[in-house]
Amino acid sequence: MERTGNAAKIYLTLIFIILYAPILYLIFYSFNSGGSMNNFESFTWEHYSAVFSDTRLIMILINTVIVALLSALIATIIGVFGSIGIVYMRNKSIRNSLLSLNNVLIVSPDVVIGASFLILFTMIGVKLGFASVLISHIAFSIPIVVLMVLPKLQEMNSSLIDAAADLGATKGEILRRVIIPFIKPGIFAGFFMALTYSLDDFAVTFFVTGNGFSTLSVEIYSMARAGITLTINALSGIIFIVTLLLVVGYYFISQRGKNPVGMGVRK
Amino acid sequence: MKDIIRAAVAIIVVCIALFFVNDYLNKSSGKASSDTVTIFNWGEYIDPDLLAQFEEQSGYRVVYETFDSNEAMMTKIEQGGTSYDIAVPSEYAIEKMKENELLLPIDHSKIPNLENIDPYFLDLSFDPKNEFSIPYFWGTVGIVYNPSLLDGQTFKSWDALWDPSLKGQVLLVDSAREVIGMGLNSLGYSLNSTNENELAEASAKLSKLTPNVKAIIGDEVTQLMVNEEAPVALTWSGQAADMMWENEELDYAVPEEGSNFFFDNMVIPKTAANVDGAHAFINFMLDAEVAAQNADYVGYSIPNAAAIELMDEEVTSDERFYPSEEVRDNLEVYNNLGFEMLGVYNELFLKFKMSSN
Amino acid sequence: MQTKNTKTFYLIPYFAWILLFVIAPIALIAYYSLFDLSGNFTLDNYKNFFTSIYLKLTISSFWYAFLITVFSLIVAYPTAYLLTKTKHKQLWLLLIIIPSWINLLLKTYAFIGIFGLYGPINAFLNVFGFGETQILFTDFSFIFVSVYIFIPFMILPIFNALDKLNPSLIDASRDLGASSWTTFTKVIFPLTTNGVKAGIQAVFIPSLSLFMITRLIAGNKVITLGTAIEQQFLVTQNWGMGSTIAVFLIIFMIIVMIITGQRDKGATSNGKNW
Repeated sequence: MERTGNAAKIYLTLIFIILYAPILYLIFYSFNSGGSMNNFESFTWEHYSAVFSDTRLIMILINTVIVALLSALIATIIGVFGSIGIVYMRNKSIRNSLLSLNNVLIVSPDVVIGASFLILFTMIGVKLGFASVLISHIAFSIPIVVLMVLPKLQEMNSSLIDAAADLGATKGEILRRVIIPFIKPGIFAGFFMALTYSLDDFAVTFFVTGNGFSTLSVEIYSMARAGITLTINALSGIIFIVTLLLVVGYYFISQRGKNPVGMGVRK
Repeated sequence: MKDIIRAAVAIIVVCIALFFVNDYLNKSSGKASSDTVTIFNWGEYIDPDLLAQFEEQSGYRVVYETFDSNEAMMTKIEQGGTSYDIAVPSEYAIEKMKENELLLPIDHSKIPNLENIDPYFLDLSFDPKNEFSIPYFWGTVGIVYNPSLLDGQTFKSWDALWDPSLKGQVLLVDSAREVIGMGLNSLGYSLNSTNENELAEASAKLSKLTPNVKAIIGDEVTQLMVNEEAPVALTWSGQAADMMWENEELDYAVPEEGSNFFFDNMVIPKTAANVDGAHAFINFMLDAEVAAQNADYVGYSIPNAAAIELMDEEVTSDERFYPSEEVRDNLEVYNNLGFEMLGVYNELFLKFKMSSN
Repeated sequence: MQTKNTKTFYLIPYFAWILLFVIAPIALIAYYSLFDLSGNFTLDNYKNFFTSIYLKLTISSFWYAFLITVFSLIVAYPTAYLLTKTKHKQLWLLLIIIPSWINLLLKTYAFIGIFGLYGPINAFLNVFGFGETQILFTDFSFIFVSVYIFIPFMILPIFNALDKLNPSLIDASRDLGASSWTTFTKVIFPLTTNGVKAGIQAVFIPSLSLFMITRLIAGNKVITLGTAIEQQFLVTQNWGMGSTIAVFLIIFMIIVMIITGQRDKGATSNGKNW
């Protein structure tokens, strides 16, 4: 590592610059008094004050966060048990068909998922609104959780389980003490990717929502025809900074607390 | 294991807390009245101050939801499960919605402000006697261009887009009716043509346009034209007005061979739960002062004669956005061509897009 | 075997999900694909799919999905590897994920500005004497932005695979005189194949149905099967044809799954207690 240290640093720095460039670009223009994402005129806070005076927008943001967190959590729980079930499936062809079925929702275009979920919900009489949106987000996030958890499960040396069983551990104990800790990085990866799926989704939410329930993505997409206002840039800026602070803060607190809550922390 | 459970509990606690914050905000912003009017409209297609004003005047609470295409809106209304009291479809969508019985008739006696509307915009072919719809905004399809990036070209004719000097410069909209319609118009045919030969001719002519095409895009066209990324674009008048507001170099023209003339209209979908509230809202939006304020915010042209009186001369006398009746008579409204024909248009458009690769 | 019940109990939600949200919609799509616009039962949609235009679409979809996956892998593998060597690796990994939580449409608009003729990239190129270069609406910009979107999905599983690698294995390889390259190809890479496979699936499969950015960044010069389906559903409202393309998309996905699938026997061989 010592020899390649500098090259490695440059490479990683470049990756991070590219990942953050569009976000910094958005934030830069959120201070533009010109009113659009070109020709920076002069510095202003007006778009930020517009965010705080728009109660409707704040409520939509809160809805978005609730749906994202809850759907990612529930999808992770279902997905983790699903993937454990798949991996320990005896019959190889059933296992492979399950894996294919698992990925159907990843390959399907959002419009198709949205339209068919809408038909499904109206058929079984689910009221369109918070519940239907939450259920849909759980549904389309499960496959990505399974995809992220599976490789960790496959890596797991089954002699570990055998050893635990030989020592007299029950199934529940093996699950809690051996399997879950081992696949923990996969579980967190699945949770975070499910969050991404939920926050990015526009088409499915649009179709299955109703009764005044809306998410940020739906709001932003429908604004496109008349132009997205810089209020949205300002809002994204705030979301970004808050998320960053939360994540960094949480990380260092958990580091200090000796009980690290992170992905793949070795114990 | 413990840390996973702790993280899960933390998430649930955060969600519950957020839920209560939202509930609090909802109560503090919601007026006492339980009667709501749910409006389903294009995003940013109304001045939000007017919604507050309507709430104050009428005592109804407004729920405002948005869609981004006529077709998506129709699918939602058709499937049910929602209670939209007002929707704002374009004219060809109204024909389809009428066909599928998705609309409720409008009681004109509850809308005294209807007299403010210019009679020119009433009783049109897509909805005779305005039984189901009241005009909201209207506009044209045309060419927005930047003279400072071109050498003296004007766009009096669609053929100007085929000029070899525009190689890789032209932006088109990602919409079959507009692009195929442009091909038909440029040949002097109707943009509602269902004649196979005319369509084949238009398609052949469009394939010669491909070297000039820079991109086929959607609403991003505003950003690109304002930034002077391209000198010419096919677009809608309201969007052109937005662009010209932000970049004064730009100009807009509707070619002489003819073009599309469209109307967005307020309707009451069959899913409406508050029909009285819907009528009250329509009447409110037709008020001269309200309509003038809304037009100022949105940028499209309004059909409200009384409101035009109140607006800035400079805007309403601009022939590009409020063309004379003579020019308007040369423009065509889209007919509902039926699914089969729409399929043909889309297939031709897909071929055109594939060839511009 | 008496614990069989507890095992299936945990699996109930997952199977319920498969039944309701996977099998039911597939059945619905397969059903719709058998009807034409006027609601007559027909196989015409399937015949239509085999016309030149849809075959061309399929090939170009696969080609771009392939390119996106390859470039994602090339960028992601070293990133994941170097991340595992950093001091606060979990923190850095989280920082890779955070950008994906900002709305995609907004980021895409930002890219339109960044790649524009007067954007920062062109300004930068100008310094080095290059004239204004058209970057937007090219294959380059399309693949760049697609890789940008999918990169976390590739990095995460690879990172997880690398992170648990036993360092003594690498030391052993070195001690035995293997070069860095041999260590990588013979020791490190084979141990991370499961992670790489998961990454490839998480990138390649959704790439086949990318839409939106095909219009915003590629100016519709790239058309994927997903875009075609979207058009059929939303514009033409020909749900029959849209469903037919969707059926083919699912078939293609299954083929991809079989190719990238597990050739080894998974965990079943030894995990007899399960």
